[in-house]
Amino acid sequence: MTNTLLALNGLTKAYPGVVANDDVSFAIKEGEIHALLGENGAGKSTLVKTIYGLVKPDRGEMTLKGAAFTPADPRAARASGIGMVFQHFSLFDAMTVAENIALGMEAPPPQREIARQVREVSEKYGLPLDPLRIVGDLSAGERQRVEIIRCLLQDPKLLIMDEPTSVLTPQEVEVLFQTLRKLSAEGTAILYISHKLEEIRALCDQATILRLGAVVGECDPKVTSAREMAEMMVGAKLQVPQRSDRAVGRGLLQLDNLSAPAPHQFGTPLREIRLTARIGEITGIGGVAGNGQDELVAALSGEMRVAAGMIKLADQPIGNLPPNARRKLGLSVAPEERNGHAAAGEMSLIENALLTGRVPKSLASRGFLRWGRVKDFAQAIVADFDVRTPSVESAAASLSGGNLQKFVVGREILQEPKVLVVNQPTWGVDAAAAAAIRQALLDLAAKGAAVVVISQDLDELMEISDQFCALNAGQLSAPRPAAGLTVDEIGLMLGGAQSDAVRADA
Amino acid sequence: MIALVRRAAPSQGWTYAAPILAVFLTMIVGAALFAALGQDPVVTIRTIFYDPLFSEFAWFYRPQLLVKGAPLVLIAIGLSFGFRAGVWNIGAEGQYIIGALAGAAVGLALYPMENRLIFPLMVLAGALGGWAWAMIPAVLRVRFGTNEILVSLMLVYVAEQLLASMALGAMRNPEGMGFPGSRNLAQYPSAANLELIAGSGMHWGVVAAFIAVIFAYIMLTRHVFGFQVRLAGLAPRAAAFSGVSPGGLILVCMGISGALAGLAGLFEVAGPAGQVSIDFNVGYGFTAIIVAFLGRLHPVGILLAGGLMALTYIGGEIAQSQLGLPAAAIQLLQGMLLFFLLAVDVLTHYRVRFGKGAEA
Repeated sequence: MTNTLLALNGLTKAYPGVVANDDVSFAIKEGEIHALLGENGAGKSTLVKTIYGLVKPDRGEMTLKGAAFTPADPRAARASGIGMVFQHFSLFDAMTVAENIALGMEAPPPQREIARQVREVSEKYGLPLDPLRIVGDLSAGERQRVEIIRCLLQDPKLLIMDEPTSVLTPQEVEVLFQTLRKLSAEGTAILYISHKLEEIRALCDQATILRLGAVVGECDPKVTSAREMAEMMVGAKLQVPQRSDRAVGRGLLQLDNLSAPAPHQFGTPLREIRLTARIGEITGIGGVAGNGQDELVAALSGEMRVAAGMIKLADQPIGNLPPNARRKLGLSVAPEERNGHAAAGEMSLIENALLTGRVPKSLASRGFLRWGRVKDFAQAIVADFDVRTPSVESAAASLSGGNLQKFVVGREILQEPKVLVVNQPTWGVDAAAAAAIRQALLDLAAKGAAVVVISQDLDELMEISDQFCALNAGQLSAPRPAAGLTVDEIGLMLGGAQSDAVRADA
Repeated sequence: MIALVRRAAPSQGWTYAAPILAVFLTMIVGAALFAALGQDPVVTIRTIFYDPLFSEFAWFYRPQLLVKGAPLVLIAIGLSFGFRAGVWNIGAEGQYIIGALAGAAVGLALYPMENRLIFPLMVLAGALGGWAWAMIPAVLRVRFGTNEILVSLMLVYVAEQLLASMALGAMRNPEGMGFPGSRNLAQYPSAANLELIAGSGMHWGVVAAFIAVIFAYIMLTRHVFGFQVRLAGLAPRAAAFSGVSPGGLILVCMGISGALAGLAGLFEVAGPAGQVSIDFNVGYGFTAIIVAFLGRLHPVGILLAGGLMALTYIGGEIAQSQLGLPAAAIQLLQGMLLFFLLAVDVLTHYRVRFGKGAEA
């Protein structure tokens, strides 16, 4: 188990204007679970694509079991025993599990044979999956199992996993880890890409850390602290968000049996959501994506209207009001999708400042835009929230994810809302920007706003929230104080919001 | 190997160069086409693009440029709002006809009364007629989710039948000795849309077109509505989040384009055309779609593109009478212009790479 399986030697790949990989060398041993750590844009994806035959390096070479390894395409990589599970699944919703798996094969055997193999592999590795179910009905965790089993059927020597836990509940993560450990024990090496440091510490034997395309360190994650690894990743000391003591006051935002039908075929209906967000308090709403987060945000922003009394802002019913009327009353929302929802990518930052700021910041008078004031507002956001951009004239899409997110959150905070709702505030955002955004949310709460944070990142929610609840299949569990919640309790809330709600009814 | 690489941002240079290159390519391919028809290509191109402006009879053709260009610009300005927002009104031709009918109906009903309020009333009726005709596809889209492209296009044919029925029936000139067609509004002083300066071609429709250009420019650059239109076109979800009601936007955009097309029809029927006749419409509503895109959906661009299209209309007529070129050849030329513009437009959004670098 100590033989080198795959060795990378001096891999370099440059794109116009950026060196994605700069002289990257490391080795993966047989049966090893090897973590590849790095922020967004550190070059992890390019490196993995090189191994998987999707990208040809400019310089450097790879050896697989001592022999030169230059995969021309993913098919060649798969033939050499490399399997990959992508972060975004490539499955067809309308087909069964077995049909989806057959699609990826060169010469698929009959459906019955595939179904038998799927059952066999899923039993062997503890990944329960019925090969005859329609993929559209599966949860995110189950879809991931389809991708994993699809790889395992090819009996890979190296399995690459790109951010596999971002869509899983803690319990599902535990199942996945058991599977990976079992694979590792049988001699399959795993290259595990993640930025969740605690997971890496729990799972991996070895870690390679990338920053700006180059290897900046290797360590044994079992004996290295998460903080040390994070600082290697970022290349600087990390600012830990500071909580100041805040007085929690009266309820500002009240959801009273908020229910709504699913807005489209693959949407989730909202079912009798009850919640009170109070002055000075951060409410964390956890849950795996697709459990009604988008619908809840749409109902709060006014994109989806509900009965007036279902949403109350300072005792005023607002459920039937359009977005700008809500902003005027002090309810601001920042949706998850930065590009195309919270902001228009092709428009400048100035125009994007206008997008939500027009009514609360009086950026128009009698319908005519006051571009001078709009520009001042955009510049204030850029200055106050350290948005890195050449100018406010730049198109939103030209900013990095973290910078655009700081702009979006900053835009809402500078409108001085009474209630701020943010969905996935730090998704795909680098660690430094994520810390800045969390700090800004804490500061806003300290100033007397009620803040609601919807996130899949449980560490984030535990770090900043005062009360925690979980969204599951459109139902919200009864909120509980965040302090003192254990991972198991959170996991139960995420998986069993329904039983909680029933109990609350009784 | 040739590969197209998407640009990070649309090229500023190509945004302006593309229409010019498209015109140039149209001339070259057009010349080849005319040569194939047995014409001297150089003479034909000169007849179409040069003679109306600079030949010894230009004094006669130049006013025509305004007369032909005004309805094109007026309609195209209206369409440009919807096209920017992703609302596709293809039925401006029908709205143009209904506007003319509604306006003419007011004038004909009041004949022979003389009152200076009659013409303004006709203008209002023309705009309302076009607006109402555009509201049919708009309301169907908002209420029932029908496709406004199909409905608005089909309504053109309905409008054409209505036009024929009016010219032969209700609006026929009682003193016309049984010939189809209404009274000549141009000879009815209170209803006539005459030249404001004799021999200039400048009538109220031209004035309205220039006002529409300025109005559209201010709307797009300074007004919330223009911002919402652009936002809805670039990022519909962001527009809904920003507070733009999608249904409301469809109604307003369709309404504006219908009303402006109706106005164009009214100015035409009360002026250059003079009467409601079976062959009253000559395709301005369709050509205006080309004008809108050729002008980059920008008011000033539309003004220039409208002038260019008017030129091909007039030059085409000269070529027909002097060189015996078929009318279809001119329509082909206009169609090619849009075709080449859309093709060249690729360069605005993509960079072309040749050779090995194309693989990256």
